Amino acid sequence: MQFNKPIQSNLHISDTLSTVMSRVLLALLPGTVIYCYFFGWSIVFNIILACLTAVISEALMLSLRKRPIQPYLKDYSAIVTACLLALALPTLAPWWLIVIATLFAIVIAKHLYGGLGYNPFNPAMVGYVVVMISFPQYMTQWLTPHNGLDLIQALQLHLWGIMPENIMLDSITSATPIDSIKTGISLQQPLAEITQSPLFGSIGGKGWEWVSTGFLAGGLWLLYKNTISWQIPTSMLATIAIIALIFNSVSPEQYANPLLHLFNGGTILAAFFIATDPVTASTTPKGRIIYAVGIGVFTYIIRTWGGYPDGIAFAVLLMNMAVPTIDYYTQPKIFGAKG
Amino acid sequence: MSDTQTKLWTFPGGLHLPEHKDISTNQNIGNVFIPAKLVLPLQQHIGESSELLVKTGDTVLKGQLIAKANGYVSVPLHAPTSGTITSIEEQAVPHPSGLSATCITIETDQKDEWVDIDKPADYKIMDPSALRNRIREAGIVGLGGAGFPTFIKLNPGERTVIDELIINAAECEPYITCDDLLMREYASDVIQGIQIMQHALQAKRCIIGIEDNKQNAYLALQQAQKESNATTIEVTSIPTIYPTGGEKQLIKVLTGKESPSQGLPLDIGVVCQNVGTAVAISHALLNGKPLISRIVTVTGNGIKQPRNHEVLIGTPINELIEHCGGYDNNVQQLIMGGPMMGFNLLSDQVPVIKTTNCLLALNENDSSSAMPCIRCGACMDVCPVKLLPQQLYWHAYAKDFDKIQDYNLFDCIECGCCTYVCPSQIPLVQYYRFAKTEIWAQERDKIKSDHARERHEFRIERLELEKQEREERMRKKKAALQKNKQKADPKKDAIAEALARVKSKQKNSVVESKNTENLTKEQQQKIEEIDSRREKQSPALNKKNDNPNESDKNNLTE
Repeated sequence: MQFNKPIQSNLHISDTLSTVMSRVLLALLPGTVIYCYFFGWSIVFNIILACLTAVISEALMLSLRKRPIQPYLKDYSAIVTACLLALALPTLAPWWLIVIATLFAIVIAKHLYGGLGYNPFNPAMVGYVVVMISFPQYMTQWLTPHNGLDLIQALQLHLWGIMPENIMLDSITSATPIDSIKTGISLQQPLAEITQSPLFGSIGGKGWEWVSTGFLAGGLWLLYKNTISWQIPTSMLATIAIIALIFNSVSPEQYANPLLHLFNGGTILAAFFIATDPVTASTTPKGRIIYAVGIGVFTYIIRTWGGYPDGIAFAVLLMNMAVPTIDYYTQPKIFGAKG
Repeated sequence: MSDTQTKLWTFPGGLHLPEHKDISTNQNIGNVFIPAKLVLPLQQHIGESSELLVKTGDTVLKGQLIAKANGYVSVPLHAPTSGTITSIEEQAVPHPSGLSATCITIETDQKDEWVDIDKPADYKIMDPSALRNRIREAGIVGLGGAGFPTFIKLNPGERTVIDELIINAAECEPYITCDDLLMREYASDVIQGIQIMQHALQAKRCIIGIEDNKQNAYLALQQAQKESNATTIEVTSIPTIYPTGGEKQLIKVLTGKESPSQGLPLDIGVVCQNVGTAVAISHALLNGKPLISRIVTVTGNGIKQPRNHEVLIGTPINELIEHCGGYDNNVQQLIMGGPMMGFNLLSDQVPVIKTTNCLLALNENDSSSAMPCIRCGACMDVCPVKLLPQQLYWHAYAKDFDKIQDYNLFDCIECGCCTYVCPSQIPLVQYYRFAKTEIWAQERDKIKSDHARERHEFRIERLELEKQEREERMRKKKAALQKNKQKADPKKDAIAEALARVKSKQKNSVVESKNTENLTKEQQQKIEEIDSRREKQSPALNKKNDNPNESDKNNLTE
């Protein structure tokens, strides 16, 4: 009897790429639901728009690159990128901004570099940085919590920029807490006074602290499921907390406390969902720590002293560049190695 | 001894795998059957292939030597049953790429007639080297799967002291149960074989490592150990984690010692042997029986009657499968070895060889293609060698064979843990095997080209030397000629001198011809006439002819 050579190994664990990616999507759910609860339907709209753009552009790029479309769409990696982008961009970002960011992420940052597994830079963060540099005026339009917009009003606002009657744009938008601290400090306001603003909640920004808690829960579940490595979120959060603690204890009037840094501006989201993107992160155990500490340091520097509302995206991209070198020099000592 | 709980260690990584072992453990070992023909490849072990001792048409008896060891890393081959040799030619052998190699085909006569076998040896009074020789003569190789000649591993060398002999009875790979059944049914032979090896190695202590999913085998060995009062042998139950049966992993678990990377267990005073090898040694020394059969697990959902069988080496696999009731109708693939480290056979028309521990027929054949690596590191977490499989894959894929060695490719034991967990379902080990083969080929090519270059350079040098020599010779010759010329010149000079002398003498003779002083006038006149004639015919030699008398006279008188 003759046999064909199988393509696959004979025994295999049931986890596939789509299992991994769906788990990430599932873990984003609690934070997203809380986001929706505090800030209304806008985020749902943004996520759907980003996902549609991502799926269409992914399919298009796959067919242009003559790759099988179905198996690659089924890996859900484009959906994960789209969701992360939608969650990272301002709630009130116009629809075209979301489309541009997503297109850039999928077409340029992912497929032009060789597609899944070959992109050196985190696609979501590339998309984010492109629109942040190109359209800075739209990057500060965050909704305030419990803004009173209903689904129809939110849709109208997003698609045609029509403000509902009796509502002023300024009354429902604001800068992020991190950004307003920076502005306040530059206006010589003491920190204690700035944080008296209704923008701030009990530990972070109002509403945002709960959104972050939701993402934290999802992230811890991913850790429990062994889908992400513990080194990256722990090192990144610890680095930001320690640096914030040092500056805060030296000059509490000027520098926000660690909790405010951790529960604001997407720090938690980035630590568990963005920095952990395995394709662009360091892959060795020691390397992951170095990589995440680097992101923490750059995030703190850029968000505290830099010219942009937040520094996570730049910090991630900067450390992405260092990954090949980090990986090469942080190989673990193998079994039976001398010394 | 064996009742005390031995301290155990752990190795990095590893996996809990679905075992699928109970498929083939509910029946005892099936008896040997004699197929119509046996096909015996000359190479069934690591090293040089054996050297043929028979020719087509010869009749052979069971246990008769049919090929002898060729070089040090080699073992002999014996006829598994009696019969006639019908061909010695290239035939398909069990190999991942379906290669062919020289095989001896024996048409069996079903009489199973033994040759005069060696007398059972009293190994206790034998010199270790004589013992090793006897083990070699029995054609014994590692039966765990690698097939390295056993006598070499039983030679600790002059300086090495063996602290522990480790017996690998882990049998960690799913589906395979041949060692399990062997231990249950041949427990006392295992213990005897170990004692022989201990004697050969002069090893004071032996630990048998057996995974805790083989309770029956464990109890059987304990019983046999107690009965034979082998106090230096410890039967140890170890946790079932794949790949505990890897040599270096098992040594770590049982002794806490790490065999050096790129080194041997011998470097840390440990020797590891398979439990099946122990039984083969016991049969060789105590019964005089060479290695002509082994136990093979025939299993998987693609087999109608999965079971362990004692099988003659050389039995065609298709006949063995038929013996087990044949294939299931949906069978998709046939694997030699286990699902993790075995390889797929392209055809079942190949023989069972000394290293065939398992034949696994499966109905499944996943044809979905691999996705790209996302560097998730799941492979890294399970690697028992602490390699970075994701980086090895990256460089193997890019064929960057220099970089891949920076990531310790050659420490990979090909256990397949990484392939098992990969969410992108990349056949990682295949890439590592490919890279290893390529590097070996490159090294061979390099050696070859170095050799060729050396030869070329030597040739150039030789030609240059020859040229120089030739030139030297030429120069010398020339110089000699020059000298000869110089030598020749004196000759010429001498001749010229002589001539000149002759001339001058002739001239002088004219002047000094004193005998002409008292000549008559007539004579005088004659002489003058002659002289004047001579002057006219200046060439001296002509003078002689013209005037032979006088000149001859003159010449002669001189």
